[in-house]
Amino acid sequence: MFDIERWQEIFDTLRKNKLRSFLTGISVASGIFILVILLGFGQGMRNGIEQEFKQDAATSIWVWPGTTSKEYKGLNPGRRIQLTNENYDNAVALYSSELEYSSPRIFVRNVTVNYGKESLVYGIQGVSSNFQMIENAKMIEGRFINPQDESSTAKVAVIGKKIRTDVFMDVDSPVGEFIEISGIPFKIIGVYKEYEDREEERIYIPIAAAQKVFNGGDMVNNMSFTLPPKENFDEAVKQAIDFKEGLKGYLQQVHTVAPDDTSALDVWSAMEEAKRYYGLTNNIKIFFWVVGVFTIIAGVVGVSNIMLIVVKERTKEIGIRKALGAKPWSIIGMILHEAIFVTAISGFGGLIFSMAILEIVGPHIEIDYVLNPSVNFNVAFSTVIVLIVAGTIAGFFPAWKAARVQTIEALRNE
Amino acid sequence: MIEIKDLHKSYRMGSNSLHVLKGINFSVEDGELVAIMGSSGSGKSTLLNILGMLDVADSGSYHLDGVPIKDLSETKAAQYRNKFLGFIFQSFNLINYKNAIENVALPLYYQRIGRKERQEKALKYLERVGLKQWATHLPSELSGGQKQRVAIARAMAAEPKVLLADEPTGALDSTTSYEVMDLIQKINDEGNTILVVTHEEDIAHMCKRIVHLKDGVIVEDKMVEQVRAAQYVQ
Repeated sequence: MFDIERWQEIFDTLRKNKLRSFLTGISVASGIFILVILLGFGQGMRNGIEQEFKQDAATSIWVWPGTTSKEYKGLNPGRRIQLTNENYDNAVALYSSELEYSSPRIFVRNVTVNYGKESLVYGIQGVSSNFQMIENAKMIEGRFINPQDESSTAKVAVIGKKIRTDVFMDVDSPVGEFIEISGIPFKIIGVYKEYEDREEERIYIPIAAAQKVFNGGDMVNNMSFTLPPKENFDEAVKQAIDFKEGLKGYLQQVHTVAPDDTSALDVWSAMEEAKRYYGLTNNIKIFFWVVGVFTIIAGVVGVSNIMLIVVKERTKEIGIRKALGAKPWSIIGMILHEAIFVTAISGFGGLIFSMAILEIVGPHIEIDYVLNPSVNFNVAFSTVIVLIVAGTIAGFFPAWKAARVQTIEALRNE
Repeated sequence: MIEIKDLHKSYRMGSNSLHVLKGINFSVEDGELVAIMGSSGSGKSTLLNILGMLDVADSGSYHLDGVPIKDLSETKAAQYRNKFLGFIFQSFNLINYKNAIENVALPLYYQRIGRKERQEKALKYLERVGLKQWATHLPSELSGGQKQRVAIARAMAAEPKVLLADEPTGALDSTTSYEVMDLIQKINDEGNTILVVTHEEDIAHMCKRIVHLKDGVIVEDKMVEQVRAAQYVQ
């Protein structure tokens, strides 16, 4: 392998058979290239789908009350379920050890919102300080509502980025400006950013203020919780389902709702939803792997084929070399050495090229459900090794056969 | 130098067997220039191939320079070919992607001689066949006679004990043939043992001894007055 004379002989041969070397190299390089790009996009789709679920905290659970659809314990169907502060407080107390964050929410309706003379048409929601974490909202200016705002019923508001660009384009920062809700001034304390524009069109105020100022009493429209993240996905799903069932049972009892009444209380778990999509992305990953493996097989077959043709084409040359005193193993060694060298160089060439493309182009790809396609270097590296080994084995048999052919037969070959 | 006794060789062609050599007894001394003559199918090329260890005999003995050539492994045969024999073929058998000097240096590569020494030796032999200035030309850029001279230089480069030439002038016109024969005679004059297979009378008479083969047996083995090829070369 480290015989300098052999290397020189190989380089001579490669240099003087440029087309043959080039074609062999291209077939190997393209096989690796296609595989890496495929694997990259498989990963990209996975990333993309995961991203879609990162809009809200992955472990979030939401409670939406509705209308009963079944008669239960003498109560008629068609009853509206109304959640209260008490429900929320009890739920939090009941599960305090399991919860990460929680927040009640109230939608403030039928109010007018003004900024100076301008009338604004954005939804107003009363929430607690933890709602930021549940929604995964990022603060880009100022701060979110804090516990102090809640306890002091502070008249403060947090607005979405879209509102900031639509309404507050004339001021340096909307923080410190006042908006009037039903004529009551609220001071803007922060601007948040979300993954979706739609969710940036909200004005958040402390729930205490919303209930007191806008006659909400102790009504709550919606409750949301997050559970602490778990390493293991299946455990996380189980935790979410357990919590969801427990919470549902409690609420159904309090509101006298039939346990099988699905429209009265909707408890929605992001984790459970995500599970279906994770399953899907796993399938996508498997699909890309299968395609990739077949690409590699095609590459191996291609390399074997080329090796076969190369050996066939060189039969006469092999005969001449044998007549001049080449030993069989030196013939086999020469052919394999050349094959390994070409597949290795072109394999790594294809690898580097495709990984460079993924590195450079990947982060700029903005297609739905595809995000930052990338590939594990070790995986790609191993594939190149597999291809080289396969090419070597594929090259060995024709080389061995060629070296064993009677010299005189080889010389007669045209 | 060469000593063969009762050499037999047959080829299997489907169910038939073709008996090509039917008991050849024949010896060659050091420094001889022998022509092996015969019509096609007489077994002359088969004999040369067996002498060159490119093919194996069915029975009989063969000694080359006192070494018995029998049941050789491919590796051993390759070693002996490299050490003892130089080949000159009718179709030259140069490697077409290697230039003249690289072709001449190839047997030296298989003798594990260093690159620099190979180059020097190869150039020396190219000079002896008068092709020094063509050293970097590919075979496709050379004429038939030049190609054969490169092949002769290659056969000589390994400094073998015996040169085996299979119809060396078969693919050449008569003027070029005489040039090649002139070269072969000069090499023989220096003491090299050479066997030439040919079916041309005039070429055979440029050797010192003619062995006639017919249907697998030697029918005539005579010494001849050598005709010098130089007189036909301007």
